[in-house]
Amino acid sequence: MVQKLDTLLETPSQTAGPYVHIGCMPTYAGNAGAYDTEIGASPIREGARGEIIEITGAVIDGTGWALRDAMLESWQPDAAGVFPGQAGADPKVSGYCRFAADAESGKFTLRTVKPGPVPMRGGGRQAPHISVWLVARGINVGLQTRIYFEDEDNTGDPLLNRIEQRPRAETLIAKKTGDGQYTFNVVLQGDSETVFLDI
Amino acid sequence: MTETSDQGPLIPRNRAVHPPAYAIDYKTSVPRSPRWSLLSMDSTPSEETGPTFGHGILGEWDNNLIMNRTRGKAPAVGERILVHGRVMDENARPVPNTLVEIWQANAGGRYRHVKDTYFAPLDPNFGGCGRTITDGNGYYEFLTIRPGAYPWPNRANDWRPMHIHFSIFGHSFGQRLISQMYFEGDPLIDHCPIAATVQDRSQLDRLVAPLDFSKSRPLDFLAYKFDIVLRGRRQTMFENKIEGM
Repeated sequence: MVQKLDTLLETPSQTAGPYVHIGCMPTYAGNAGAYDTEIGASPIREGARGEIIEITGAVIDGTGWALRDAMLESWQPDAAGVFPGQAGADPKVSGYCRFAADAESGKFTLRTVKPGPVPMRGGGRQAPHISVWLVARGINVGLQTRIYFEDEDNTGDPLLNRIEQRPRAETLIAKKTGDGQYTFNVVLQGDSETVFLDI
Repeated sequence: MTETSDQGPLIPRNRAVHPPAYAIDYKTSVPRSPRWSLLSMDSTPSEETGPTFGHGILGEWDNNLIMNRTRGKAPAVGERILVHGRVMDENARPVPNTLVEIWQANAGGRYRHVKDTYFAPLDPNFGGCGRTITDGNGYYEFLTIRPGAYPWPNRANDWRPMHIHFSIFGHSFGQRLISQMYFEGDPLIDHCPIAATVQDRSQLDRLVAPLDFSKSRPLDFLAYKFDIVLRGRRQTMFENKIEGM
């Protein structure tokens, strides 16, 4: 016998199911007014410093079909790389957004401010990126990934550099399609499967 | 720095407690499960920080699903229950002031969602969503009705046990968790392919809330207790310094 640890185990995850919007995005579920204030409606308010960008995309399953019932959340720092709550953060950036795949087309849109690079613990820096967490029916544990940008300097990013198969790093990099416009698809399964994180 | 925060990286997820992405009896997981391994790395500020929500977002009825649809005018149909518990982290510390959101079917097993077309009728007085923020010791509670079981298209005759969906934030984005609470004694738990995605039975048991007479109010409601554990952060001897700086 050994001594007992006094730590606990994380609660097991279960799928968010097809009706996640009832609890998290009542208006999307057809229940507008359930709450006076729905959280995560936008990661920025008017006057946020930096470049306003729009990222569009879809969550695609192993057959090539875009999910119509995915819910995504994003978290990011402001244009200077400072997270909300940290000293000097842009008060117009909440950094958090909740958005859904469109029920008809499967397309999602995230309108936000382009994040700045973030210093790493122990030196170095992370290239500008937005953290993404997504859930849906059929996803048993929420999936973590990141959106980087093709027009930023991504060399030296510790996470991208950790991807052994270099072409797979491309799955985390949003493509610029116009002024302030980017496209980023999440591919759940298959040859172009997105790199998902255990972080 | 709050008393419950530690400075180290998040403790890596113990994947053994969680369901695998691919579970053949839960058919929708088949095309939606990543095949390649997850990329593992120590957490960074992107995962160690996270959104915070103040009590200011909460409305008067938000954690009362019996009354929140009608803002207190008329109660929902169903067996009245209190669902309560505590949010803690892996270091066994309470997680105070964190948002807990729930959603569920009505007493007949029907969701108020544009996509649910089950025969059971909607209850005009039941919306099916609620939210609250844990108190200084990590406790939360909801007043609601016991959700009905319902059939769903998967294998030829699959039924969901009575359950309530939970969404919890914690204090960092890497703690984000969605799960489901089941009810003690429900025979459908053993037949549910979604519950069975948690392959270790002792872990599935942690999602089953016991009947809790200590919180039941006589002539009013029964109570069920559901504790939740989120990821913790590695504790170090150097809590006041960021490592390496």
